[in-house]
Parts: sequence; C-alpha cells; structure tokens
Amino acid sequence: MPSSDRRTRTIRVDHLTRVEGEGALHLTVTGGQVTDLRLELFEPPRFFEALLRGREASEAPDITARICGICPVAYQMSAAHALERAFGVTIDPAVRLLRRLYYCGEWIESHALHVHMLAAPDFFGCDSIITLAAKDRASVERGLRLKKLGNAIVTRLGGRSVHPVGACLGGFTRVPTRSELHGLREDLLRAGEDAVACVRWVAGFDLPDRTADIEFVALRHPDEYPMNEGRIASTKGLDGASDAFDEWFEEHQVPHSNALHARVKGRGAYFLGPLARVNLNWDRLGPTVQEIARGTGIPWPNSNPHTGVVARAVEILYAIEEARRIVDLYEPPAAPHVRVTPRAGAGRAITEAPRGSLYHAYEVDAQGIIRSARIVPPTSQNQAQIEADLRALAPEILRLSPADARRLCEVAIRNYDPCISCSTHFLRLEIEHA
Amino acid sequence: MKPRIAVVKFASCDGCQLQFLNAEDELLSLAERVDFARFPEARSRERAGPYDITFVEGSITTPEDAQRIVRVREESRYLVTIGACATAGGVQALRNWADVEAYKRVVYPSPEFIATLSTSTPISEHVRVDFELWGCPIDKTQLLAVVRSLLSGATPSLPAHSVCLECKRRGHVCVVVARGEPCLGPVTRTGCGALCPGLDRGCYGCFGPADDPNMTSFAQLLTIQGLRAEEVTRRVRGINGYVAPWRETGDAVERQTH
Repeated sequence: MPSSDRRTRTIRVDHLTRVEGEGALHLTVTGGQVTDLRLELFEPPRFFEALLRGREASEAPDITARICGICPVAYQMSAAHALERAFGVTIDPAVRLLRRLYYCGEWIESHALHVHMLAAPDFFGCDSIITLAAKDRASVERGLRLKKLGNAIVTRLGGRSVHPVGACLGGFTRVPTRSELHGLREDLLRAGEDAVACVRWVAGFDLPDRTADIEFVALRHPDEYPMNEGRIASTKGLDGASDAFDEWFEEHQVPHSNALHARVKGRGAYFLGPLARVNLNWDRLGPTVQEIARGTGIPWPNSNPHTGVVARAVEILYAIEEARRIVDLYEPPAAPHVRVTPRAGAGRAITEAPRGSLYHAYEVDAQGIIRSARIVPPTSQNQAQIEADLRALAPEILRLSPADARRLCEVAIRNYDPCISCSTHFLRLEIEHA
Repeated sequence: MKPRIAVVKFASCDGCQLQFLNAEDELLSLAERVDFARFPEARSRERAGPYDITFVEGSITTPEDAQRIVRVREESRYLVTIGACATAGGVQALRNWADVEAYKRVVYPSPEFIATLSTSTPISEHVRVDFELWGCPIDKTQLLAVVRSLLSGATPSLPAHSVCLECKRRGHVCVVVARGEPCLGPVTRTGCGALCPGLDRGCYGCFGPADDPNMTSFAQLLTIQGLRAEEVTRRVRGINGYVAPWRETGDAVERQTH
C-alpha cells in the first residue's frame, strides 16, 4: 500500500457477536494508518470490587463467581488462594489435586465452547454452531461431548457447572469418594480420542499468519502445567512471584479517554491465555500432548496470535489427560477443608483462568470482613494486545470489501475469546485514541 | 414458520443464557423446532423482531438499558426473565444500599465517565413480565421445561415450595439440625436440587424466596443459631437480596440494631 494512498475506510460493528458480553468496534483507517480505534465495551459495570467491601471473606468465592458464568471456577480459585494467603492457610495436598481437577473441568468446558460455538463458525462461513452442524455434524457433536464432559467434572466437585457451590476457603465443602470420581473415567478415556481429533480439526482451519513481536505472559510452575500456582513469566524475561502483579504490571489511562489498559511496566501490551501458556510451558505439556501438537505442523512456541485457537484445543487435550491422571491418583483428604481462622491481613493470587491470568487482591480485618478487593481479569489485560492486532490489520482492511474487512476484525477480536462481562466490571466503557 | 426466540442481555454474567448452550444433548434438536432469531452470544446473524418468546437475562442498571427494555417488551409476544439478575436485580443490587458515586470511585479512576443508575432493578420494575425463571444460575431442566410448555401453548408452571422439601426427598441430613449451619433453605424456592445441603453446606438463596416464606421465624432461627444482626442481614441480602421479603427482613433487622 503506497503511503500516498489517502483512502479512508471505516469499519463499524455495532454489536460484537459470538463473544461473551456486550461490545462494539469502531475503526477508521486513513492512508494505511489507523486513525480511530474504539473497542467499546458497553456492558454495564456491576462494581464487584465495591460490593465485596463489608462482606465476609468466606463469601468471596460465591460472590466473585457471579462475575462470569463461563469461568466461575477461575474466580473461585483466585479468590480462595488470595484469601488463604491472607489467613496463612495451607491446604491438604489431596485438596490441591482436586482443585486442579476442578480447573481442568472448566478449561475443557470453556475452551470447547469457544472452539466450537464461538470461533469455528467463522472458518466455515457459518453464523452459528447450529448452521455449522448442517455442514460438519460429527465435529459439532464431538465438541458438544467435550463441553459436556468439562461441565460434568465441575459438577462432580461443585454440584453444578455454572456458579458451582462446592468450593470454599480451605478446600471443598464436601469431597467425592474414590468411586464417585472413578465414574468419570470412562468418559475421560473416550474424550482423549475426541480431543486429539479436535486438535487436528482446528489446526486444519484456514488460520491467518500474523506473526508479530508479542510479549506472552503466563504462570510457570517448577514441574506442572500452570493452573493454581506458579511464578509470573513472560517470553521477554519476566520472572516474579505470583502475587507480585503490581511489581510487573500497571494499569494506566490512555490520553483523552477514561481507558484503563494494562501493560508490562516500561514496555507495553501483553498477551494472556492458552497460546501464552503453551509458549511458556511447552515442556510441561508431556510427550503425548506435545506429539499431537507437533503433528499439526504448527511450530510451538510461536508468535502468531491466530494459532491461539489451536493452543486452546491443545489445552483441552492436556486437561483431559491431566484429569484422568488425577482421577486415577485420587485418595480423599482427611478432611474436605482445613479450618480457616480469620486474621487481619492481605492476600494476593493469580491463577490461570481459561482466558489467562486472573489476579485477585484482598485486605481483610481481624473478623474476616473484606476491607478492599481488587480484581484484574484476563480480558481487560488482553485489550491493549487486541487493539495492537487490530492496528496491524490496517493495510489488509483497505484491500478488502467492507463486509470482509468487518469479518476480519471480528475474527481478530474473537480469537482472544474475550469475556466482556468480566472485564467491564472493572474498566471503562469506551476506548478512544487521538 | 418456526417460533422465533430472542435471548437478550442486560447487566449479568452470561451464566443463564449459557444454559441454552449447556443443553448439549438437546441443543441441536431444539434448534430444529425453534429459530434462535436473536442470540448474539451464539449467532452472528440477527433477524429483526417481533419475537414469539424473548428470554431476558440481567438487571437494569443504566439509563440506556431502562429504555432498551421497553423496546424489547414491544417486540416480544411472551417475555420470560431468566435468573436472579433479571428477576430480582442480582448480586449487583447490593448497590441499592450503597452510594453509587462512592462505588464508582472504588472501581474507576475517572468515575465521571460512567453512566449508571443508582440502583440495579429487576425487569418487572420496568415492563410487564409474563414468566419469571428463578436461579443463579437458572436450572437447565427448568429452562427446557418452560420452552416446551410455551411451544405447546401451555402456561409454564414450576414448583415454588421451599428447598427443605427437596432436601427431605433426597434424604440429605439437615445442615441446620445436624451441624448448626445457617441455611436459607426454609425460605428459598426449590429448583436447584438442594445442592448446598447435599454438599454439606447451608443454602444461600440462589433461587429466591419460596411461596409465603415465614421470614420472622427465619430471622429468629438465625439469631438462635448465634448470628449477630449484621450477619443475619448479610445472609438475606445476597444473590437475591433485593427481592421484597428478603429485602424487608434485612432492612428490619438492620433497623433494630440502630
């Protein structure tokens, strides 16, 4: 595109679809440059950080779960770990394993939802999973089976898949017997084959290559693929304690807007989620998952954001393998939860939500009442990176028809599996760039 | 022509509309019987109204949404609220007891840009509602039962007795009697399957009030169990705290202490 080209093209998507929550996009390109970019998240704020003040710490897992119907387990886990740190609680190793299983269920459920219902229709010229089923029923049914299994795992531990009730500070209110967990085994075995087929199916999508200089951020654990624990790591050398969010990241306001973006201090945008986790923890996936992932022909690690949907499928496979391992290993803990005695203090934790690192920080008083809460969800952290990806599309946008350009932008946003309900409770409603 | 269904969202977490997508075994066959004409989370194309059934998720918290719900009502033959937010204002209705300007300052560095109402209110405070489906989240089986009733021209009907009956039916040990746990089961509507007592904890009221809850004795029971006044208020002022019988009880207990 010659720089003398002063053509202007405006892309408007009044209502982003097949994403979680309510948002819109307004983007203007002039002369090959983005001159106006507004990712408007008009989802109304719900003020969770404010309404948590004055509530009992023990209520935090139940209340914060309500931030997101798709990833309630992530909110429960970040809340529980942060508050257990505040109260100096150490959980039983068997409970730790069960929490990992709980998270496997949510990753499977949330990832299968995104891969099949939100992302895949774009690659088949379909508007939904329902029309996609008319073209490729077998893949859709396989996706629904995977999703159902993820929900079944969460339900086994929490009673239901949306806003499960079993997780509490110190562990679970009740833990399953060995045979109750073994009931999942047969489905997990079959799901392994489904997940392998799913990885191959997704890798066959016509994924664009938009390799860029991106900083990927995820937790990294000494010997596990990260879920509830680990140190903050990045592909540009970050290495910090998992509760030291403020040491490495800052939320800042963009000029002429009420926008809060997160960035790595002194650097800029960063990328959270399955692709970041795979890039930083490839060696923790284990030989079976690595072999299937390598077999797709996609190089790992890589910096093409559009391979994120394949990374998501790879994580479904990993989570199924890991769930099976935990089910086989499981011996019930001595007690479902350790006793939690409130004391005044502060606690912070990051856990790996399906969409990436989810940070919670609390201050509590001696009675166990929450005095302050801060929650930084992955989608709000990914926003600056989503915008960077959209800016990079400018030359392509000018070459395409308006309808195709709009689709291009929507796919670029959807690629992050954004959860707008999560992010807008904490962020501004509109981003404007001068 | 297939009945046209719309799923619309206000302030909420998406968990109730997710129950359509969580109907993994029924979704494809349901889609053969109805047209999901407007369902932005699941479908990128949208057909204009009117709609035969509109499922409304979320509460009204902004001036724009207070206007939007009126338009939604106009283009809906039958309007069903799904979940605690749409039916009772949701957990975000805790703002109704607070100073929203202070709330904004807690969350946003530039609170002046945030357009929000001082309250979070249920859909029924704004427009006529034909049926209310309770739960945080709603139960998938109840949702499908309501869809089936409406498709066959019948008025949906769901039980409104307390969780206690469901607990006894399932043979759960009573957490109040056996463990001394505070439990909202006696005043909460059935529908979840008595999940919390089944997992050894007290109910926290996701499904809203049962028919004719005896709130006076219930508040006394919590006091006998050793809860201080502010703890009693927190129990009833939770996920469905803004619904009349629970709101009034919480407020009354709070007044007694001042």
